[in-house]
Amino acid sequence: MAEELNKSAHSENDGSDNSRRDFLKIGLALGAGVVVGGGAIYEGYKGETKKIRVLTTDGHTLEINKPVVMEDYELKDSSELPLSDLQKRGRKGIPGKKWVMVIDLSKCRNARKCMDSCQAAHQLKPEQHHINVLRMQDDANTEPYFMPKPCYHCDNPPCTKVCPVDATFKREDGIVLIDNERCIGCRFCVAACPYSARVFHWSDPKFVEANALKEYDIELNVPQKKGTITKCLFSADRLRKGQQPYCVEACPNGVYWFGDLNEDVVTNGTSKDTVRFSDLIRENAGYTMMPELGTKPRVYYLPAKNRLFPFEYNGSKELSQEDQHWF
Amino acid sequence: MSSKTHETLPAAEAKTLLNKISDDLLRPIQNHKGFTMWALFLGLALALVLWAYVIQLRDGLGVTAMRDYSAWGSYIANFVFFVAVSLVGMLISAIMGLIGVEWAKPISRIAEIVAFSAVAVAGLVIVFDMGRPDRLLNVFIHGRFQSPILWDVTVVTTYTAISLVLLILPLIPDIAIMRRRMTNLPKWQKMLYDMASFGWVGNDAQYHALHRMLKVLMILVIPVALAIHTVTSWLMASTLRPGWNSTIFGPYFVTGAFVAGTAAVIILMFFYRNNFKLKEYLTDYHFEMVSRLLVLTSLVYLYFNVNEYLVPGYKMPLHEGQHLTELFTGHWAPLFWATQIFGLILPIILLLFKPMRKPLPVTIIAVFVLVGAWFKRFIIVVPTQFHPFLPIQNVPENFTTYSPTLIEIAVLIMPFILALIIGTIVSKLIPVVSIWEVAEQKGISREVLNQE
Repeated sequence: MAEELNKSAHSENDGSDNSRRDFLKIGLALGAGVVVGGGAIYEGYKGETKKIRVLTTDGHTLEINKPVVMEDYELKDSSELPLSDLQKRGRKGIPGKKWVMVIDLSKCRNARKCMDSCQAAHQLKPEQHHINVLRMQDDANTEPYFMPKPCYHCDNPPCTKVCPVDATFKREDGIVLIDNERCIGCRFCVAACPYSARVFHWSDPKFVEANALKEYDIELNVPQKKGTITKCLFSADRLRKGQQPYCVEACPNGVYWFGDLNEDVVTNGTSKDTVRFSDLIRENAGYTMMPELGTKPRVYYLPAKNRLFPFEYNGSKELSQEDQHWF
Repeated sequence: MSSKTHETLPAAEAKTLLNKISDDLLRPIQNHKGFTMWALFLGLALALVLWAYVIQLRDGLGVTAMRDYSAWGSYIANFVFFVAVSLVGMLISAIMGLIGVEWAKPISRIAEIVAFSAVAVAGLVIVFDMGRPDRLLNVFIHGRFQSPILWDVTVVTTYTAISLVLLILPLIPDIAIMRRRMTNLPKWQKMLYDMASFGWVGNDAQYHALHRMLKVLMILVIPVALAIHTVTSWLMASTLRPGWNSTIFGPYFVTGAFVAGTAAVIILMFFYRNNFKLKEYLTDYHFEMVSRLLVLTSLVYLYFNVNEYLVPGYKMPLHEGQHLTELFTGHWAPLFWATQIFGLILPIILLLFKPMRKPLPVTIIAVFVLVGAWFKRFIIVVPTQFHPFLPIQNVPENFTTYSPTLIEIAVLIMPFILALIIGTIVSKLIPVVSIWEVAEQKGISREVLNQE
């Protein structure tokens, strides 16, 4: 039936408004086909229709019009696509998702596998951190702890607000991304980010010659470019392929949970356990970094209670004088 | 333009006086003593700093001392400084012109020259700071009006345009005089004056139109000038950073700008008075009055400083407290106290004594004020960035300090040289003190002024 409706939608496509109205009447009469028919009209407008197979609840397969949100360029591997399509999908995000990260501070023992894996993937120099494990202490009488700090992908991002050219932007799926083909290098976003999440290429990045002919992948921010910004991207390229971010996957200690807020599930990068995000946050008193700034971060922390191992850095169980200066 | 009437001199006497005034004020344009050396010096200096900029273009901003925790350095301080200095045009020629302050008339053109040269290079300073100056056009192609940078681009270009018109319009009667009196000019200069006198013959309708246009522009330039420096302060105040997250940054910057600009005008007045031999036009009285203006603007600025530093200094919230401690007693304390004492407090105290308001002493004081003003911008821009909310860790040593490199210093000198070049060209083309306004003040009638 859907096929028939679709055919008629096609034949009506170049007809007048009247004939389309007639068609709608038929569609209404058919009752069950209304929704599909509407979709068909919309597809008819666009001039082409693609079919995909889906499984119904009672176990039959059914061929329906492909939903408009999924385009070819959104599914392919980045190496198969021209720059224009990469930029287009990179700006739009992954449909239907709201990415969220949970960092369990009670598990972090400064293994820094996250930092290594991230720097390798994004071709960063040792001093350039998309994710940085900080040594923190809330008060002189409280225990120090390690705190991995990625970009918080704020829902009210101060950085994208100040960008004069829309080179950094917030996507539908919650990720704050960078277009280093457009960035003018004014560093206003560096000044505006209260969490120091942004990194600038003060001189040539790594692998300039090897990357000379490589297409720019906006979701990986590689090749990196001199005079532009880089920062944590929530590994948008990995998410596109249905994989977890580099840091999450690399952690040996189960610090990271990553998932989709729409589905309310997060998966642990180490144990691969999948739990409800809301349960995890509620049961462990999850919080966000400096919510008083109004930035609405998408990264949550679980407090460093019931730790499996004590704080230890450079052989000391206390923060160095220099580190204490910050608190 | 005040509507005050001056006592009119008899025609013969007026004519002799006008001859003397125009001879005095036009002489520097044709007297090239020392000019070649000066031009050569400017050219060489420009070549040198351009070479430094080429190195920066080739190797990236890494040739500067800026790093991720001092992402804005002396270039941005330089930008704020030039925008600040340019504000004096609005103060002296517009506000004082509208109020009808008579002593300000002979120096209003000097103020306009300072304003135009400063704001014209300010836009360029920002380009020197860009990581990708080759993508400058993106600002216009992809410009987003949510960003304060776009506001700054808009108001700085507007102010540059209005400043230029405010420099040119009151020149028209003078250029008509120059056309008549300067006969042995090169052809191009003659043509330039022919064009720029816009057919001025000095009839009532022309005077009326000129005064009207000037009045409209003088009113228009006030909000635009306030906007350029307020928006410039918002580049910092619009962020959440401790030390920048302040509600008084707008007026704090504007009042500071008047101090810096007045100092620049005093220095230029002193230069013209001695090198252009204009002692009869830029008199001790003018220096006395402009010194008082410097005291007044400095006092207002001091008041804003007290608010900006002492109010958070009393509360000492964690991060801003760390920043203020570094300013008051820590790493930045020598620079902070030097700018506050030598650039603000001592000048105010010294200028309370009459002998200090003579040309030479006040010029020396003005040099201190102007240098202090530059370092004050540095103090506002740089130290704050070393006190973010989250600790600076796991980065090399040079990420945690900032002192400009040689190449950086050369590049930040470039706008000074460019402003001097603009100022030099302008003062070789036009009289730096307005002939017709001085003539009017001395009682020379319009008929005498515009006859021949």
